[in-house]
Amino acid sequence: MQLEYTLQIADNALILGHRLSEWCGHGPILEQDIAITNIALDLIGQARSLYQYAAEVEGKGRTEDDLAYLRIGTQFRNTLLVEQPKGNFGTTIVRQFLFDAFHFAFYQELCNSKDETLAAVAKKSLKEVTYHLRFSSEWVIRLGDGTAESHEKMQTALNDLWAYTGELFKASDADQWALENGIGVDLEVVKKFWEEKVSEILKMATLEQPADGWMQTGGKQGRHTEHLGYILAEMQYLQRAYPGQEW
Amino acid sequence: MVPIKSLEEKFQAAVDAEIKIEPKDWMPDAYRKTLIRQISQHAHSEIVGMLPEGNWISRAPSLRRKVGLLAKVQDEAGHGLYLYSACETLGIDREELFEQLNTGKAKYSSIFNYPTTTWADIGAIGWLVDGAAIMNQVMLCRTSYGPYARAMVRICKEESFHQRQGFEILLTLSKGSEEQRAMLQDAVDRWWWPSLMMFGPSDKESTHSAQSMKWKIKRKSNDELRQQFVDATVEQAKILNVTLPDPELKWNEERGHYDFGPIDWEEFWNVVKGNGPCNKERLAARVKAHDEGAWVRDAAVAFAEKQAKRRAEANKVA
Ligand SMILES: [Fe+2]
Ligand SMILES: [Fe+2]
Repeated sequence: MQLEYTLQIADNALILGHRLSEWCGHGPILEQDIAITNIALDLIGQARSLYQYAAEVEGKGRTEDDLAYLRIGTQFRNTLLVEQPKGNFGTTIVRQFLFDAFHFAFYQELCNSKDETLAAVAKKSLKEVTYHLRFSSEWVIRLGDGTAESHEKMQTALNDLWAYTGELFKASDADQWALENGIGVDLEVVKKFWEEKVSEILKMATLEQPADGWMQTGGKQGRHTEHLGYILAEMQYLQRAYPGQEW
Repeated sequence: MVPIKSLEEKFQAAVDAEIKIEPKDWMPDAYRKTLIRQISQHAHSEIVGMLPEGNWISRAPSLRRKVGLLAKVQDEAGHGLYLYSACETLGIDREELFEQLNTGKAKYSSIFNYPTTTWADIGAIGWLVDGAAIMNQVMLCRTSYGPYARAMVRICKEESFHQRQGFEILLTLSKGSEEQRAMLQDAVDRWWWPSLMMFGPSDKESTHSAQSMKWKIKRKSNDELRQQFVDATVEQAKILNVTLPDPELKWNEERGHYDFGPIDWEEFWNVVKGNGPCNKERLAARVKAHDEGAWVRDAAVAFAEKQAKRRAEANKVA
């Protein structure tokens, strides 16, 4: 269960980092190209620390790369939100903001984990995520309250991605186990922060908060959207084509 | 009014005395134009150069390589930023420079019109392309225009790191399987000659060289830099255990340099003219990013204006 829980956190970071890296060289503004890449680098860095720890917890001699490159889709534990395609810049910003608000509160709670390694990763990551949340909040406001066109694009992205937010707070067996053992976080506490933050920022952005309708879930159990398969096909290509080699 | 002639003499005297020219100093029109052309071309090369390498970010074979490549490509964006800023001190703005790039009016280094078809290309670009760029850029750290020289000093530190990172990727392949070694050799076969072409036409053919040397924008000729690159690289190739694709490559005791075979200038000019394997794709990718980003830039401007207005109104009330 500890392995499962660590993978849940790590997979979110890796898949979102990978998704963000798709902007590198294609951003709308050079400065934002650099900023998005910074966030991608932070997230992949977090994923590496967590995979290294997961491998240690498992104790079967697997490495960070085995975990990232040699698991199949149903073994990935990330939430569906982070695997959603980059879309236009507005989609990416909304995806990022919805996740950052969760990520920030999540790490804040995880700093109190009885698991010293997870607490240490959380502390270090919290500094990074504080900046991520500030960046994405600012851009949600800027684009939401920018032009009529930008407002509409942001509202559409928000409406489209809303159905993937519920899963962030729906406890999996691993979440439940981690909470009971003082290792994990109380997702209800995280949810409260998230709701306040999201409603505050959306108001400033003049965006309308979608109603909570049906929420898509399954990522934490390995039941993903079609997108993950393509992400992995691309990401794992060399490791799959040339098994067991050093790069 | 001070006669132009004496201004020009004063300018040249400053250049000769190794005093940096700064944005507010008087400078000949042609000097300014040459710098705008060269610095913007350089900036565009950094930005377009992100594309061939960016092509492998999603497929990098390990997490360490993914982070390394992502950081490297991000550095190139930073270099573009420094250089656009340096160029702006000459009285032209970034938007206009992008316009020149996107309409094909401005050039960028032709090397980026070649495709990256295997992972070894990422190593080869770092080793050869960044390696060739360094030769040029180290020289430019002492260029006569202050903002350009200072931008180059910052850039050079990162470029040498890129070159080492690229070399290390190749070194790992050289110690790997037969397939990996074949991948390495194939990449070197494809990138060697285009890298030599990066220094530009030979001194006999180079149109801008003499004046640029007099103005100390450049301090070494294309051929001198190319030779310096060949001499350094041949030694490194031995460590990688690869064959450089030039049968005429040979140490010349008398000259104290490596001799190398003739460069296919027809290929060079053909790619410059737009017929390289990826000219169309590279430009299209830049135009797409720029066009699809227009609404974001417009929104940022609109929001900033709204904010300024709100602040002004708040001040009125207070
Ligand atoms: Fe560069
Ligand atoms: Fe570089």
